[in-house]
Amino acid sequence: MDADMAARGGGHARRASSLRLVWVYPDLLSTYGDRGNLLVLERRARLRGIEVESVLVNADHPVPRQGDIYLMGGGEDLPQTLAARRLRADGGLAAAAQHGAVVFAVCAGYQLLGAEFGGEDGQLLQGLEILDIHSGRGERRGVGEIVADVDPRLGVPRLTGFENHQGVTKLGPGAAPLARVVAGVGNGDGTEGAFAGRVLGTYLHGPALVRNPALADLLLTLAVGQLPPMSDRDEEWTRRLREQRLAAVPAGVG
Amino acid sequence: MGKLPLRARLATTIGGAAGRMSRLAGRGDGSVIGGVIGLRMEPNLLALLAAGRQIVLVTGTNGKTTTTRLIAAGLTAFGLPVASNAFGANMEAGLTAALGRAPDAPLAVLEVDEKYLPAVIKATRPRVVTLLNLSRDQMDRAAEIWLVARKWRQALAAAPDSLVVANADDPLIAWSAAAAPHVVWVAAGQRWREDSWCCPQCGSHLLRDELGWRCAECGFARPPARWVLEGGSVIDSSGRIHGMSLSLPGRANRSNALVALAVSEIFGVDPEQALPRMRQVASVAGRYTRFERHGRQVRLLLAKNPAGWLEAFDVLDPPPVPVLLSVNAREPDGRDTSWLWDVDYRVLRGRPVFVTGERRLDLAVRLEADGVPFQLVEGVDDAVELVQDASLDVIANYTAFQQIRATFGRAE
Repeated sequence: MDADMAARGGGHARRASSLRLVWVYPDLLSTYGDRGNLLVLERRARLRGIEVESVLVNADHPVPRQGDIYLMGGGEDLPQTLAARRLRADGGLAAAAQHGAVVFAVCAGYQLLGAEFGGEDGQLLQGLEILDIHSGRGERRGVGEIVADVDPRLGVPRLTGFENHQGVTKLGPGAAPLARVVAGVGNGDGTEGAFAGRVLGTYLHGPALVRNPALADLLLTLAVGQLPPMSDRDEEWTRRLREQRLAAVPAGVG
Repeated sequence: MGKLPLRARLATTIGGAAGRMSRLAGRGDGSVIGGVIGLRMEPNLLALLAAGRQIVLVTGTNGKTTTTRLIAAGLTAFGLPVASNAFGANMEAGLTAALGRAPDAPLAVLEVDEKYLPAVIKATRPRVVTLLNLSRDQMDRAAEIWLVARKWRQALAAAPDSLVVANADDPLIAWSAAAAPHVVWVAAGQRWREDSWCCPQCGSHLLRDELGWRCAECGFARPPARWVLEGGSVIDSSGRIHGMSLSLPGRANRSNALVALAVSEIFGVDPEQALPRMRQVASVAGRYTRFERHGRQVRLLLAKNPAGWLEAFDVLDPPPVPVLLSVNAREPDGRDTSWLWDVDYRVLRGRPVFVTGERRLDLAVRLEADGVPFQLVEGVDDAVELVQDASLDVIANYTAFQQIRATFGRAE
């Protein structure tokens, strides 16, 4: 991990003794098992002795500003548009990000973090401007297993996941690609996802953290600082699943 | 079949022969191949075979096969043959084969894949279109469900002669059906609500209470239903109450039967006539089938998507009866296993849980996250050997289910 980022871990105003996870709009943005990311963070934190408090915020409620890690999932076009409108009006997520909270968003949620994204009929709609990315609608739908090598500064091994989107995302100078595509589509230009500081987004959809425990630990570390390792026994099933999925996708496909 | 054009007659005959050969060769139940061959010879074959018959189409994410079977059972009250794709072959070839197999049946009850409904409405000009429910399912190959609902709307608006029987409790279904001029609303319930938080019409938040759902923004609301389930009883369209005892288990099947009763009534079959016939249905294309293995009773349940898993959990025998879960991710299942994380497996705590299938590791990680102890096994026989109890419930997704059926016989 970037030494600078690690040093800031746990630095922002975390009041409660427990880790506060905020799942933003599970009613609008939860299409492909997005709950998985919350469950993985909860489990990996608790196994390290960290108390966890999870808050699910539906779109008719204000987004709390005091969370430590914010999660945003995937959604169809209409819910995505509605979520953008509500989140802009609410302002809570942008404020939390500005104050140093960790944000992890997948698929439609990832696009929402940017300046603009493609709406139902392909028209460009305004995003949250939390991450310097611009998304639009691509020519074809990217559907299938995705494998990508993470920016070495983050110290996270190869990503494995599933993508299903028609989005194309271009990064501005304020964001860096999260990874380089080994197999699959990702942002559409050979890169995958984006990050800047403590805000990360990816096209690996749904439960992206399930097969990428090191990415989950990166989010936890950004929020609370260094973590003790987990026992081999607690890691076994995840490790086996990860190995099986990586072995199932030949590099260079897609 | 006498009035069919020569080419259609030939296509049907040859297709039928291919289906029989496929069955004899043990390559399948022969419910698709005949249709594929027939359609290749006469692309218009489905429309030609449908002409002159009274057709019921049944679609939705879950319950298609069972509801189709129950409607067909109800319509046997006429003593006339009923054509049906009873084995769930629900795309154009399967429908064509089903009609080709029963050339003299004046009635047909056909389950239709959600995506194909518009094309099948156009080809078959159905008397009744039955809409059950819509929820997330195999999204790597199926369209997003709002898109499906929108296409249904267009198709129904263009078929004003068809009567629609629709589940008023499912907002997406209600929105689709509202495009049709004639709808019989049925309160078939909605167990899975994660896909209908928002108004299908305007996208705003739906409000829900015991009376149903409504949109505070645009006013779109649950239509009043003429058929209602009240505990174990049915209240029919004229307010009469009938005891609904079925051989099929669970709330989902009572809902399916409620819909089937509403459809039967359109054809003049009264619930008193239809219910005893529906009660005779004990398993549907292998669902709920029981077989014995090394002295243990094994029961098969099919669950293809999150809503289906909830329904399967509802009919599990109570703990400590053990359960075996089997999940694959082949093409017909959807290649993506993300949906496992939409299912709450905590209800399985307190009973032995076995895990198998090609994606058993995905299941293992999922159960671990929910704090459900489990054991990996190779298959049904392994689990049977390990259980102490007299019975074992098996929940499997589509191809995993078919594999088990192929191994342990296609007994109905």
